[in-house]
Amino acid sequence: MKNKMKLNQTSFLLLITIVLFFAMYGIGCVLFSTQGFGKTQNFLNLFISNAGLIVIGIGMTVVMITGGIDISVGSFVAMGCMMLAWMMEKGGIGAVPAVLIVLATGIVFGLVQGFLVAYMDIQPFIVTLAGMFFARGMTAIISKDMISITNATFMAWAKAKIYLPFGGYVNKKGVMIYPYIYPTVVIALLLLVAAFIMLRYTKFGRSIYAVGGNEQSALMLGLNVRKVKLKAYVLDGFLCGVGSILFCLNTLGGFVEQAKGFEMDAIASSVIGGTLLTGGVGNVIGTLFGVLIKATIEAFITFQGTLSSWWTRITIAALLCFFIVLQSILAMIKKKK
Amino acid sequence: MKNDTFKKITSQRLFLPIFCLALVLLVNILTTPNFFAIEVRDGMLYGYIIDIINRASELVILAVGMTLVVSASAGTDISVGAIMAVSAAVCCNILTGGERAATVYANPLILGFIAAIVVGIAIGCFNGFLVAKLNIQPMVATLIMFTAGRGIAQLITDGQITYVRVDSYRTLGASIPGIPVPTPFIVAMIVVAVTALLLKKTALGMYIQAVGINKKSSRLVGIKAIMIIFLTYAYCGFCSGLSGLIASSRIYSADANNIGLNMELDAILAVAIGGNSLGGGKFSIAGSVIGAYTIQALTTTLYAMHVSSDQVPVYKAIVVVIIVALQSPGFARWRKSLAQKKVKEAA
Repeated sequence: MKNKMKLNQTSFLLLITIVLFFAMYGIGCVLFSTQGFGKTQNFLNLFISNAGLIVIGIGMTVVMITGGIDISVGSFVAMGCMMLAWMMEKGGIGAVPAVLIVLATGIVFGLVQGFLVAYMDIQPFIVTLAGMFFARGMTAIISKDMISITNATFMAWAKAKIYLPFGGYVNKKGVMIYPYIYPTVVIALLLLVAAFIMLRYTKFGRSIYAVGGNEQSALMLGLNVRKVKLKAYVLDGFLCGVGSILFCLNTLGGFVEQAKGFEMDAIASSVIGGTLLTGGVGNVIGTLFGVLIKATIEAFITFQGTLSSWWTRITIAALLCFFIVLQSILAMIKKKK
Repeated sequence: MKNDTFKKITSQRLFLPIFCLALVLLVNILTTPNFFAIEVRDGMLYGYIIDIINRASELVILAVGMTLVVSASAGTDISVGAIMAVSAAVCCNILTGGERAATVYANPLILGFIAAIVVGIAIGCFNGFLVAKLNIQPMVATLIMFTAGRGIAQLITDGQITYVRVDSYRTLGASIPGIPVPTPFIVAMIVVAVTALLLKKTALGMYIQAVGINKKSSRLVGIKAIMIIFLTYAYCGFCSGLSGLIASSRIYSADANNIGLNMELDAILAVAIGGNSLGGGKFSIAGSVIGAYTIQALTTTLYAMHVSSDQVPVYKAIVVVIIVALQSPGFARWRKSLAQKKVKEAA
């Protein structure tokens, strides 16, 4: 009975998120109609600039459903980008092995964090905080200076546009221009679908919810709670690896201060998407919309164009506040009913 | 018999945190022989140890507030660093009278201090309202101020660093003439003492733990759970405002981007290293204070060993993992099974 109510609450929060996203995007289309806010390409840009965040948000959601958290992702992205840049530019390693090495590093990173959380019973926040320090410091050890990527293969991946066969418009010269996406978006969306199916229809996916919802009961039902947690962190580590590669394809370089505060973006996206930090409740589709909402807020600010950097922060926080409070009030009303 | 006393000592709640702090300090005997040397210059104490107790002051104050928040609401306040920046900006802006630099006070010093503390408390109340009344998860609720705080601080100081070049402004962050101990240390000790007294002499300490352990049942026995949680956040805001003032006084300016940067992480770490559960409930202020000094001792040790500042985090991470792992239930379990094996072998 309780479980049923919880699931209902999840879909309810998800619904709020989706409705609010479209409402917000609609407002943007009206406000900035002259600047082309409503163009298909602008909509796709939300995905293009946030492909990495989507993937990392998936990992974050999975970990959060188990009742944990991972605040090392921002630093890991910096380390991943720096590793890619260093290996390809200074280390003379090809693009493919470099990418594979970053993926392997992600898995190892997840394995260590997962072991400390699941088998040593250390609080996830502290473990991943240490991971955050470690990865950021490691980035500085690899190189203190910024490294830009010029590797031909990697650049080719980054610049490969995929044109969509619809949604185009005719420009001034009378040429039909179709909107495009990058392969990063395809990868991100494929992973999203895979994660959705995994969470909903596989044994592992369901056991993640069980462990996060009530660890004690999960244990009594015969689930290997520690193993499930470890696996969740390994999956998260792998997704961090993928995410940092996608992020790097967008920024094409590595530097120490990169992706600072990225972990908060990922956490905020998950939370806006209806995932609870207390565990047991969450959905990757919600996370996708969480990322899109964050991206829309940023697009608002870019289109507005005159805000100073501090107003950007305050605006994002105000919208975040509005969103979180609205969500909480709606959830409370629903509960009372 | 001897074994018993040893067991008694090691089973003390604060044994492991103190042991870890001692271990960090001991490393210095080998690497930096003059680490424990303290000298007196111009009536002031100098040395690495003094540096540690001086530099850790803000962290100690934050850790006290954070401990209460963690205990009552089973969540963390990640906005403390940002609150520090806001309170510093408010104070400096009042003292300079809205200018970006000043050599005389435009308003009385005390006004600046009070305003800064009030702002700290106000932000704390905002966080408390979101967490206690609206039932928003603590980390998410404080994420709002975490994001907005530095923006607000920049808004106040117009995006520039605001300097207060008056000698008396530096007292709080340096020293009072005639007293050899750094002022921040004294302030930190006062905060710790007052908080400890407040919690011990009134029922507040017990209420906070009760709410942290079980919010629903504590409400049923007549504790105003919402009020208690709200108060801990307000108090945490007060602590953040105060440490913002100290940090600002150290550099006699308000730097919206750098004051209190990453302090929230260190404060949470201090709470955990002190042996407190981030899941709420039982807490020990002394543990958190020891945790705060451990973190600062570690940082100072690394600097004494000439590790460059952007590489410090790597070593910090490794030591932190070791310290936390030593205190973890997983390690205790492993030790227990090892002991049992030994007993079996002996038999």
